[in-house]
Amino acid sequence: MTSDIQTVTSQVGSQQARTGIGRYLAQLWADLKREKVSYFFVLPFLILFIFFIVVPVIVSIYLSFTYYNILEQPRFIGASNYRLLFVDDDIFLQAIGTTLKFAVITGPVGYILSFLLAWLISQIPHKYRFFYTLCFYTPSITSAVAMAVVWQYLFAGDSKGLLNYFLMQIGVLDEPYLFLQNVNSIVPVIIIVSLWMSMGIGFLAFLAGLQNVPKDLYEAGAIDGVKYRWQELIYITIPAVKPQLLFGAVMQVVFSLQVFDVSVQLVGLPSPLYAGHTILTHLYDYAFIKFEMGYASAIAVVLFFMMLGLNRLIFRWLGRD
Amino acid sequence: MYANRFSWGNVFLYMFLTLLGLLMLAPLVYLVSNAFKPINELFLFPPRFFVENPTMVNFYHLLLVTSTSAVPFTRFIFNSLVVTGGIVVGGVIISALAAYPLAKHKMRFGPAIFNLIVTSMMFSSLVLQIPQYLIISKVGLMNTYFAMILPYLAAPVGMFLMTQFLRQIPDSLIEAARIDGASEWKTFWIIIMPLLKPAIATFALFSFINAWNDPYPSMVYTTKEHMKSLPVAVQTIGGGAGVIARVGTLAAASLLMIIPTIIVFIITQRMVLQTMAHSGLKE
Repeated sequence: MTSDIQTVTSQVGSQQARTGIGRYLAQLWADLKREKVSYFFVLPFLILFIFFIVVPVIVSIYLSFTYYNILEQPRFIGASNYRLLFVDDDIFLQAIGTTLKFAVITGPVGYILSFLLAWLISQIPHKYRFFYTLCFYTPSITSAVAMAVVWQYLFAGDSKGLLNYFLMQIGVLDEPYLFLQNVNSIVPVIIIVSLWMSMGIGFLAFLAGLQNVPKDLYEAGAIDGVKYRWQELIYITIPAVKPQLLFGAVMQVVFSLQVFDVSVQLVGLPSPLYAGHTILTHLYDYAFIKFEMGYASAIAVVLFFMMLGLNRLIFRWLGRD
Repeated sequence: MYANRFSWGNVFLYMFLTLLGLLMLAPLVYLVSNAFKPINELFLFPPRFFVENPTMVNFYHLLLVTSTSAVPFTRFIFNSLVVTGGIVVGGVIISALAAYPLAKHKMRFGPAIFNLIVTSMMFSSLVLQIPQYLIISKVGLMNTYFAMILPYLAAPVGMFLMTQFLRQIPDSLIEAARIDGASEWKTFWIIIMPLLKPAIATFALFSFINAWNDPYPSMVYTTKEHMKSLPVAVQTIGGGAGVIARVGTLAAASLLMIIPTIIVFIITQRMVLQTMAHSGLKE
């Protein structure tokens, strides 16, 4: 095995000893050969990863510059799709607005709420923690489809709707409010439902991180004059769980920009006056209802760069030590 | 720290957590309550939150009504089980295989591969649905279980958690196996897999939830009724947004859909928290 590598290296090396590139390739080949068992282990994952994630990213970018309706070959049309998207497609501009409005609220609120609740839970003894974890985490693992029946009933637009009935009883409303049809209430309702579902993987990461903050940090803090819980939180706990905070932030950005399920289940596709229309519903509409794959790819590329860009920014803010 | 000492702060803490916790559970309790309501209670005015005379009639309807239609409801449950099972088992095996060398071997392209995985956590795979669909249909996998499984096997978040978890396991255990002359393949199955148990449970939880709840693979990759999955079936019973029909049956179906995810979480939660402790990201 070792002698193999040596001969390969020396052969390749002797032929191209003077060029840097040759030496580099020889070294590369030797490394790959030596580590081939490792690559065999990675191979099944890597093949699927390349096929279903890397290649699709490239194909999306390519298709976004074409007209493609599946029946004919894609036809290159330059940046027309993007021009159409940002200049002429009013519904898309509205969808971006709705998505951002939504993300600006659910993103930070969901994130802070997840962290605060995880922190509060970490303040109580172990044996009681599971119950509260279950209370807050369970909503995030329910599906939007399955919960639709609850929200349809809770926000129903007649006096049989639970919320309408309650608000009329206490005198806030005189007549039933059409929560799921009124353009003004559609986004707030989607936000409330999404916040209810937002204590997900980030919440678990915070909870786990907080459980594992070394005890002696707190003892050292007490000696240094930390008196209150909030001081502990700011000076000891948050710096100690910073890697989890970054992980949670990345998850939260993706969660809050991919709003789709809840909107479709609650207000339909298309929603009344497109009030619940988001970037992803627009994408789905063009891709799988109108079959305009080129145009839909342009939408996908825009959303892709929004997510990646925002996460890169967050990495720069939070990632520093 | 402070928890065992009585103080007003603690009283408020418990009160706050309990009230908020119950508020969070309320929609689920309402779902359970609706699933057991007889038809006259469902359309009662004023609306009731809790069920008064619980009945199994909705579950009975669900199985009875749907068994006379072309595709029985149990078929959708079966489809979901096959697809979810495939994604969970397949995903665990290929991710564990890949996580082992990435975490424990010196690999020239190891860091590059890992960075690629971290980068792909930063966007939702929903933006890739068009090319994924084109690939599946070009390969001729439409209307097969493979179409609903293959695109979801390489899960970046699960893979990341598995690698991070493995990194903090001391090398000495693996070294010992190597000295005994075990091959890498054997080391993987005998040493690594048992050590990875918490990470595997975590991976299984997250991929189970995603696969079980997601209606889109079956909406996009299948055109035949008998290949549809449980979420699509539930959606069909509901009739879509804005329609309130067969509320009782729908509540029963929805409840049947949610229960497995909660059970899986309860089983795996301890190991999940163990794994998530190593979920940290650094630049």
